[in-house]
Amino acid sequence: MKSNSAGSVVFENVCKTFGAFVAIPDLSFTISPGELVTLLGPSGCGKTTTLRMLAGLEHPSAGRILIGGRDVTMLPANERDVSMVFQSYALFPHMNALDNVAYGLESSGLKKKEAREQAEAVLELVGLGGFGQRLPAELSGGQQQRVAVARALALEPQVLLLDEPLSNLDARLRRRVRTEIRELQQRLGFTAVYVTHDQDEALAVSDRVVIMKDGEIAQAGSPRELYEAPASAFIADFMGEANVVDCEVLTSEGDRARIRIGALEHFIPARGARPGPARLAVRPNAVTLEPASEAALSGTITHSAYLGDHVEYEVKTAAGTFFVVDPAVDRSLETASSVAVGFRDRGIALIQPDLNEPGFSYGI
Amino acid sequence: MDNSRRRVTIVLALGVAAFLLLPWYRIDSGFFALDWLAGFPGDAASAPGILQIFSYDRWWLGIAVLMMLAGMGARYIDDPMRRGTLFAWIGAVGVIFLALQGLAIGFSGWTWTIGEGLFGPLQEGQPSMGAGAVIMALGFVLLFAFGFADRGAMRGDAFIVASITMLVFLVVIFVFYPIGSMFVGAFQDFDGSFNSEGFAKNIVDPSIWSLDCIVGGNRCGVAWRTLFLAILTATGSTVMGLAFALLATRTRFPFKKGLRLLTVLPIITPPFVVGLALILLFGRSGVVTQTLSSVFGIEPGRWLYGLTGIWIAQVLSFTPISFLVLIGVVEGVSPSMEEASQTLRADRWRTFWHVSLPLMKPGLANAFLIAFIESMADFGNPMVLGGSHGVLSTDIFFAVVGSQNDPTRAAVLAMILLVFTLSAFLAQRLWLSGKNFATVTGKGDSGQHAALPKPISIAVHALVIPWMIFTVVVYCMILFGGFVKTWGLDNSLTFAHYVKAFSISFEADGVAWTGVAWNSFWTTMEIALVSAPLTAAVGLLTAYLIVRQKFAGRELFEFALMMSFAIPGTVIGISYIMAFNLPPLEMTGTAAILVACFVFRNMPVGVRGGVAAMSQLDKSLDEASLTLRADSFRTIRKVVLPLLRPAINAALVYSFVRAITSISAVIFLVSAEYNMATSYIVGLVENGEYGVAIAYSSTLIVVMVAIITGFQYLVGERRLRRENRVAGSHARLPIPQEKTA
Repeated sequence: MKSNSAGSVVFENVCKTFGAFVAIPDLSFTISPGELVTLLGPSGCGKTTTLRMLAGLEHPSAGRILIGGRDVTMLPANERDVSMVFQSYALFPHMNALDNVAYGLESSGLKKKEAREQAEAVLELVGLGGFGQRLPAELSGGQQQRVAVARALALEPQVLLLDEPLSNLDARLRRRVRTEIRELQQRLGFTAVYVTHDQDEALAVSDRVVIMKDGEIAQAGSPRELYEAPASAFIADFMGEANVVDCEVLTSEGDRARIRIGALEHFIPARGARPGPARLAVRPNAVTLEPASEAALSGTITHSAYLGDHVEYEVKTAAGTFFVVDPAVDRSLETASSVAVGFRDRGIALIQPDLNEPGFSYGI
Repeated sequence: MDNSRRRVTIVLALGVAAFLLLPWYRIDSGFFALDWLAGFPGDAASAPGILQIFSYDRWWLGIAVLMMLAGMGARYIDDPMRRGTLFAWIGAVGVIFLALQGLAIGFSGWTWTIGEGLFGPLQEGQPSMGAGAVIMALGFVLLFAFGFADRGAMRGDAFIVASITMLVFLVVIFVFYPIGSMFVGAFQDFDGSFNSEGFAKNIVDPSIWSLDCIVGGNRCGVAWRTLFLAILTATGSTVMGLAFALLATRTRFPFKKGLRLLTVLPIITPPFVVGLALILLFGRSGVVTQTLSSVFGIEPGRWLYGLTGIWIAQVLSFTPISFLVLIGVVEGVSPSMEEASQTLRADRWRTFWHVSLPLMKPGLANAFLIAFIESMADFGNPMVLGGSHGVLSTDIFFAVVGSQNDPTRAAVLAMILLVFTLSAFLAQRLWLSGKNFATVTGKGDSGQHAALPKPISIAVHALVIPWMIFTVVVYCMILFGGFVKTWGLDNSLTFAHYVKAFSISFEADGVAWTGVAWNSFWTTMEIALVSAPLTAAVGLLTAYLIVRQKFAGRELFEFALMMSFAIPGTVIGISYIMAFNLPPLEMTGTAAILVACFVFRNMPVGVRGGVAAMSQLDKSLDEASLTLRADSFRTIRKVVLPLLRPAINAALVYSFVRAITSISAVIFLVSAEYNMATSYIVGLVENGEYGVAIAYSSTLIVVMVAIITGFQYLVGERRLRRENRVAGSHARLPIPQEKTA
């Protein structure tokens, strides 16, 4: 089966309140057909509410939602052309895998026999041909997950919604299944909205990532944009760990800027930086440490931990405390020893309130 | 035509059809007898609404038709918000109009004088509402609901909105309207005019409120007596229940299975049966009394007939219920708490006294209040044992049926009883809610309960073992009492009572049911069969709405439903009589009123069981179904119901059995045509025919046991291997924490 029905999604000034609590103040974005967009954010940021409004399980308090160009704002869930993979899978425990997959098809008015044939095909597609007669409880976690995906895909929806679909799998399986989901999505070309709080997962599967905070879009863009040019300390820290320290922009030369941290001056890639105080997000692996008693930016190691393929350090400096990941496992820097702190060229991003504005837009 | 318009069209078509094709008013011989067809449509009694307007001068019905027409017009509005608003208004105004005209215009014209002042006198009044009027009213209710669905209420789910609206409508009609009528009835004369004299006289009546037993040495008023009895019964059965629960969970008592069996007893025992058995034991000609008198020469007394007897019977009847409540409480106290206490150098005594018991306190209070309400509402035992020392529930009954025939007094007594039980109910809901320490966390709590301290263990055994033996003796009396000729006088064995009750003779034209009990037996079975599925359906639907849907006033909705539980059966009975004896809704003497009574009295059990079972179902199952194009109706049918099968079975069995055993409300509502087994048995007792009464009662018990076990066999287990999420809701009868009366 090939899904030719990929639809776009438009949120227009959507607002959602629960009683006095404003979950989502004002949300607008667009998803193009065939795109896989991840809603990423800490718990309580409104990502699941957004997904549920898209599914029709919650209705917005104000604003419009369009799917495939059609206004579905007031449409109940069962009349929308979307389907959803639930965090708990929500497989009907009293129906076998085949009946689970055929359920949506039968609800849409297909004859039982036809529905089953199609369901069989979809089960085949997710690699579960021959497992149709098993009850959910007789399938492993990964198999259950695939039945849940198959059940949602069987309807060939315009948009597939995935609500933390991997959170019930163990770490190794999680990596495999997320690759499978991405492959399936690219092969069939459906639009997908994927909710997760795991940034690795978001980076691995998405065309675009929307990071949400307090019901608003904190930043949206491709995984690379978000990682390399975070718009705020929140984003920098959320997309992989980052040391956020104060700095001063001295000069801006084209797409590079000269900055100063403590007494250390350094060139970093940054377009259109304004001279003046700013903040710097430094990835733990972008910090270099050299044993030295005197340096432009000197620090003291306060803690170290050997983790096999790298060593983690905590370094206290005049500019703040740095968390450092050092791949050089052969040398070990003693706690309380003095080091010279330096920076690599990549893995450093300047955070200035309006700096990255051109880099992301709310209309993804 | 989209969904929203289609459903409105269907409802409007139904309303119009009801108006054109069905008799508007009540048919005296019953709608389903269908003999109205002969005179239809020209006959005044059976004419449809349209003829009532034009041929019989009932012009006001035209307003309802105008509302229907307005609804048809509103269909053509495109904007769903405006259309919905209009539908909702039309529906609301329509149903309110129908109710008002029904209340305002009675048999002989205006019943409210204000109507006459406004519109002038009417030449002719109107009878009660019939099929046409009722269906049109329901149509308006649905129109109202669909209007809200159009406006996006409950995410635009018409089925859900309609269910909520319909349930609220029905609860108002069958719970609040009768209670309201009763209140009005307290202030009315026989002719219906306002008269507060009766109320004023009764509310201060010393026979109700006198405190002579404390100061004067005479008997106290009936209100106080009922209150004292309830407090004593509640104390007794809570203590006994706790003893049973401790014995079942904290000791090595060898007959624990037998203890569990006890919990089934109150469900299958008609409420007066225990009292009856006590008479056979301790009555003037009872076995024990006779033995004592012949061996020790003790004069047979009448001590059993009065509060003492009622108290013993009630403690016997309600101990199993308290046991059922408290066993959960006792088991729910986390063993790790007790283990923690023991590792902190506390001995068993200190652990029990300072840890276990305080943790059980809210549970004990709950059991106490339940038994209190039970005792207040109990009708069967006081009826059998009360003699002249009545309690409120029996006094209410005698105020209507006895020589007094004083509905005002009945209403006043019912109000007092209602105040007592509702206060206890409110205390239970408001004061105890959130005070439950005994929680099962779902984390593995692998510890062991501490053993009881020696003195308590001894006390518990000393209480339980005699009581168990006593209970067994009492039930033996019930089962075998029917085979004894005349208790105390002639103890020879006989089948005569069974023959009298259940004889069958085979004649040329088939079987003749010659036994005196058959008539009421079959009626009971019929009505129980009809009301059980209705009760289960209404109860579980309500549970679904409460657990799964968020709507404004949901808590109030739940509260109101549960409150209908705390209304004693006697109060329901008297209020049904006052409400449904006159237009606009006349139902007394029909089977329908019995069914309605059972459905709305027993529904809360279904609600409770359904809520418990449904809370264990992952909500995303429903949501998954919704996102898979299934509407909420299909979701309920295909996903929720199959997973709720144990709860459904329990609700079905329970409401069936309850319909067979209940007496308090029923005794007001039976008629010559529809007599129920329980009221028939009470009649036998009143005539002193104990043998037949006992024979009939034990037959009922055996039938119910057969039905329950048969049902358990018939209904298989759900096949959900290794599935934990929905496990735990085994096919088990729900806790009948509420009345047996």
